[in-house]
Amino acid sequence: MTGEVVIRAEELTKRYAATLAVDHIDLEVHAGEIVGILGPNGSGKTTTILMLLGLTEPTEGRAAVAGFDPLREPLEVKRRVGYLPDSVGFYDGLSAHDNLAYTGRLAGLSRRDIDERFADALAKVRLPDVGRERVGTFSRGMRQRLGLAEILMKRPDIAILDEPTATLDPHSTQEFLDLIRALKSDGTAVLLSSDHLDQVQRVCDRVALFNQGRVALSGSVTDLAQQVLGGGHVIDVEVRGVGVRDRLVGMPGVVRVQVMGPQLYRVDCERDLRPEIARLLAPSFELTGIRFAEPSLNEVYTRYFDEVRHAA
Amino acid sequence: MRRSGSPFTGTGIVLAKEAADQLSGIRMVVIETLVFLIALVLAWFSTTAIRESIGQSPFLFLRLLTMAPDPIPFSFIDTVGLVTPIIAIALGFDAVNAEFNQRTLSRILAQPIYRDALLIGKFLARLLALAIALLSLWLLVLGVGFLRLGLPPSGEELVRMLGFLVATIAYGGVWLAVAFLFSILFRAPATAALVALGLWLVFSFFWSLIIKPLVATIIAGPPEDIFGPNLAYIQTSQVLDRISPNTLYAEIALALLQPATRTLGPVFISQLRGALLGAPLPASQSFILVWPQLTGLIAAMILIFAIGYVVFQRQEIRA
Repeated sequence: MTGEVVIRAEELTKRYAATLAVDHIDLEVHAGEIVGILGPNGSGKTTTILMLLGLTEPTEGRAAVAGFDPLREPLEVKRRVGYLPDSVGFYDGLSAHDNLAYTGRLAGLSRRDIDERFADALAKVRLPDVGRERVGTFSRGMRQRLGLAEILMKRPDIAILDEPTATLDPHSTQEFLDLIRALKSDGTAVLLSSDHLDQVQRVCDRVALFNQGRVALSGSVTDLAQQVLGGGHVIDVEVRGVGVRDRLVGMPGVVRVQVMGPQLYRVDCERDLRPEIARLLAPSFELTGIRFAEPSLNEVYTRYFDEVRHAA
Repeated sequence: MRRSGSPFTGTGIVLAKEAADQLSGIRMVVIETLVFLIALVLAWFSTTAIRESIGQSPFLFLRLLTMAPDPIPFSFIDTVGLVTPIIAIALGFDAVNAEFNQRTLSRILAQPIYRDALLIGKFLARLLALAIALLSLWLLVLGVGFLRLGLPPSGEELVRMLGFLVATIAYGGVWLAVAFLFSILFRAPATAALVALGLWLVFSFFWSLIIKPLVATIIAGPPEDIFGPNLAYIQTSQVLDRISPNTLYAEIALALLQPATRTLGPVFISQLRGALLGAPLPASQSFILVWPQLTGLIAAMILIFAIGYVVFQRQEIRA
């Protein structure tokens, strides 16, 4: 978290009649950071995004996006934010160029800027030859990429992406995630809502886990793992040899040893046992790696909602 | 709470895009074909009939619009009165719900514009398309009349016909606003179109025949009493009639295109004292006569649009 805060929500709340869609959430996103927002359907992710864009009015609380209040200064906010909605829609009867030229003009771009940026953006999203084709002929994946091209054309300070990879195949997803990383490297802050936990884990610096309209957990994936999976240490050991597991199980402080692969062991410990494990194995075995295991966001997510269900 | 920036930012861009869509779409081709056929057929038969009786009226071009030429059972104004609401509904029934259904609304409103700009731009673009269709119709009839009669319209006729064109656009604007409102209220375009057409049918066929006499009788008593016609009934009936945009439009057409028309309500003997029966009113007097109806149509259009505007502002934009 190095850059200035570009999105700040304080006690942001949205109530629809008797339903509390978003319940006093606090959220911060810094410049050049990718923050993922996760949670089951109806947990308030999209409503939060719409409030940050000034597209729906909060019932309580306040927000600042790029230094502007989305409620009072929505045009200033929207000039600086690129938004890719869930299942993005285009005018099917218009070409890709005409669709993006329309939103480009609404965003205040000149005709010349539009033409220059359009070709560049389409090349970046790997749709270089379809500019004059009607969007009605595009697949869902192509539409999603075109949506990202629209954001690239706008060159915003902040990109808000709502379920951007939901309709993409694995190869396109990987390309899309690369493009999101490229946005970050250009200094753009990205707020990414997704149900694909592995993707979120791959690109996001921090994660906010939404549940019933509240931010239940937030921080890096390691922070979340500490909070949900407990304070213990999980160490991955890469080592060649026979009888490694038995040696590890017998060590003081080791709680559990799992064999993850032919030469990979995952050790749950009461404390950081990396030096002791290295000293134990190095003389007798070929030790090729020892490090803290990357906690899985999927595991964190599943464990958290299991606990919530049990508590209920 | 005051929002920064103008609500009209981007209105011109929306208007230009929507107008281009409307004017280049297949819907407009169908409308223009319909307009062309109506103009050609009616003007042809009307001019044929007028040529046989030339010299009987000083207002040949007005007759062109008001006569029902044999073998066609209705006049140009009857036809325009019937076709204009259908064209207006066809232009407006999917104006807003299509944006929801195509999932384009949130993407467009994420650009630096207010909802006001989107709604006003869309409405004005459709009103422009409607005005172009009606202007084409008007010019076609004028052109065919000019060619077939060999005479240009007089200045007086031209002013009256222009007034009629403006009234027709305002009348179409009312039905456009109705269709627009339903396109905001109903997410399914078919439902919006059906409800708008249903309302038009009510005002076209059932209002004067069933609803008006029934309600007027309840309020003011039977149409006739022992002394003759019941004036209270007639006046109530007229007020009720004028709720219908069709009545307002028909009254405007009558007063502007038939210059001898002196009143649009019940005629009393005192009003006829000193009058030369059948003598035409000057155009300015006819305009004074229809001014309430014309402003009524424009006000109705604005009011219905304003209702739609308020509803749209309160809607959640997520699909």
